[in-house]
Amino acid sequence: MKLLVCISKAPDTTSKIDFTDNNTKFNEAGVQYIVNPYDEWYALVRALELKETLGGSVTTITVGNAGDDAIIRKALAIGADDAVRINAEANDAYYTAFQIAEYAKAGGFDIVFTGKETINYNGSQVGGMIAEIMGLPYISLAEKLDMNGSTATINREMKGGIEVVEVNTPFVISAAKGMAEQRIPNMRGIMAARTKPLQVVEPVACDELTTFTSYSLPPAKSACKYVDADNVAELVNLLHTEAKVI
Amino acid sequence: MSVLVYIDTLGGNIAKNAMEAVTYGSKIGSTTVVTNGPISNDALASLGNYGASKVLVDRSITVNDSSQITNLIATAVESTGADTVIISLDLTGRAVASRVSARLKAGLAVGAIALPEGDGHIKVNVFSGKAYGHVKINTAKKIIALTPNSIPVETTGGSAAVEDFNGNAGASTVIVKEVKKQEGDVLLPEAELVVSGGRGLKGPENWGMVEDLAKVLGAATACSRPVADIGWRPHHEHVGQTGVAIRPNLYIAAGISGAIQHLAGVNGSKVIVVINTDPEAPFFKAADYGIVGDAFDVLPKLKAEIEKFKAQN
Ligand SMILES: Cc1cc2nc3c(=O)[nH]c(=O)nc-3n(C[C@H](O)[C@H](O)[C@H](O)COP(=O)(O)OP(=O)(O)OC[C@H]3O[C@@H](n4cnc5c(N)ncnc54)[C@H](O)[C@@H]3O)c2cc1C
Ligand SMILES: Nc1ncnc2c1ncn2[C@@H]1O[C@H](COP(=O)(O)O)[C@@H](O)[C@H]1O
Repeated sequence: MKLLVCISKAPDTTSKIDFTDNNTKFNEAGVQYIVNPYDEWYALVRALELKETLGGSVTTITVGNAGDDAIIRKALAIGADDAVRINAEANDAYYTAFQIAEYAKAGGFDIVFTGKETINYNGSQVGGMIAEIMGLPYISLAEKLDMNGSTATINREMKGGIEVVEVNTPFVISAAKGMAEQRIPNMRGIMAARTKPLQVVEPVACDELTTFTSYSLPPAKSACKYVDADNVAELVNLLHTEAKVI
Repeated sequence: MSVLVYIDTLGGNIAKNAMEAVTYGSKIGSTTVVTNGPISNDALASLGNYGASKVLVDRSITVNDSSQITNLIATAVESTGADTVIISLDLTGRAVASRVSARLKAGLAVGAIALPEGDGHIKVNVFSGKAYGHVKINTAKKIIALTPNSIPVETTGGSAAVEDFNGNAGASTVIVKEVKKQEGDVLLPEAELVVSGGRGLKGPENWGMVEDLAKVLGAATACSRPVADIGWRPHHEHVGQTGVAIRPNLYIAAGISGAIQHLAGVNGSKVIVVINTDPEAPFFKAADYGIVGDAFDVLPKLKAEIEKFKAQN
């Protein structure tokens, strides 16, 4: 099977979130970038497992600048065969999806994997857009994927539970928790990653449909009001009369 | 402005987040709703109460297929001439909104938490609720995916005209083999009250305290990630950066330290109550109300007090 995995970078989950340039830019000072957890732990690892049992190849694709090469090498160290980087800033989901779809169209991939969402923009946008541009089925929030020939059986999150669905390749899938277990790259993988192919492709022309013009932070929480453990009735009273939530 | 709101009624009912989306739409302009569920015309007419003037329904779409629903919405946009499409960011909306954006080449603002600002920018959640982004949509047609539980439902007393609609959905490419319904009465993503437990509860056998309190409150139950990872609780209860993000009115956390990745999934809650033996637990910094104490003592007491309160009110 030919598998394509979309890999994006995200600030480490403990990063302090603030903004510079009059609140128009994310403050990257001291921020460590990681592979977006959904892409790494679930999408990439499940793709590798399928390749290991069924044969084929796993290619990663990232829309980003040269600064993203470190996280791309990490994906290669975990086991991807080769990587593509579309040399552009991923500022807009449609722009990003268009670049990926443009590359994927020519590649004859059986499955295009994305993560459930990026943990910085939480958009869940790119996967659905790739599917629409390519005219493919899109199964979102998948927590289990098994292949039988060209038919996939997928458990996906649905309102009120889990739906087991079948779909034929090619399709686009977004991977959520449960799909696979995180893999830690070993020394051999890290060494091998250095020489695996990382192809840099120039972007095609595409409009950005949206622009983030500024950011803001939520107002600071007022201090916690403590209630004595022996006076739980007071908490119930506060929740009713002050907070008005019960 | 002409607004089209898509709501998911495949479950056979109108969920609260659907009412929110219709309320939101009707504050922007004249609102038509489009949907596809097995739901009566009377129930659909009641959407007028949230400001819809018309409801279009295509009951030929019987599974949750993002391609079919995208065809339906695109057809409805064309027939109504809508310039703004509103979709609630529930599990269906997450798959559909992005497809519709690509289909119409219309900019999508995902995770809106308020009405468009004066300059037309839309305020959305970013960084797992740790910040807001102000998004400008660069196209004439605009799509807004609204975060559930971020605006109040408002009623107008109106009633909407319901029309059968042909959404040109095409054939489905997704076959549903089985549906595994989640147990419990209240579903976590749309719950208004949530009781949650962490590693401090020591083992799955102690979750009765959490469930009992949830039951008297009418709340859903949740947990921290390690609790789901060790298998004390099912995966779908795990909240946080890598789990579900929730925005209930009340979040009660017992035996959870309040790691930054946990907070990322719950910091949209209106009110947070923290119960922890350690006065230095980081969660107290994000809490509105705190009890420094043993969950094994406090949870049963809290349940008893809530019962008393419910009996009186
Ligand atoms: C990339 C990444 C993503 C992550 N994503 C998530 C996520 O989505 N969600 C998430 O929850 N975590 C996530 N984590 C894990 C997170 O960092 C914490 O490890 C986790 O939230 C801790 O869970 P906990 O609070 O249940 O356990 P602990 O940190 O062990 O805390 C237990 C707490 O219980 C208290 N306690 C002990 N006994 C009692 C008692 N009898 N009564 C009351 N209190 C008691 C203790 O004082 C302590 O504060 C992530 C981590 C990483 C690195
Ligand atoms: N710049 C990017 N390059 C490659 N893949 C991306 C990029 N941005 C997002 N994706 C993929 O799309 C998924 C959803 O992202 P988002 O729409 O930003 O929530 C991510 O989990 C990635 O798999």
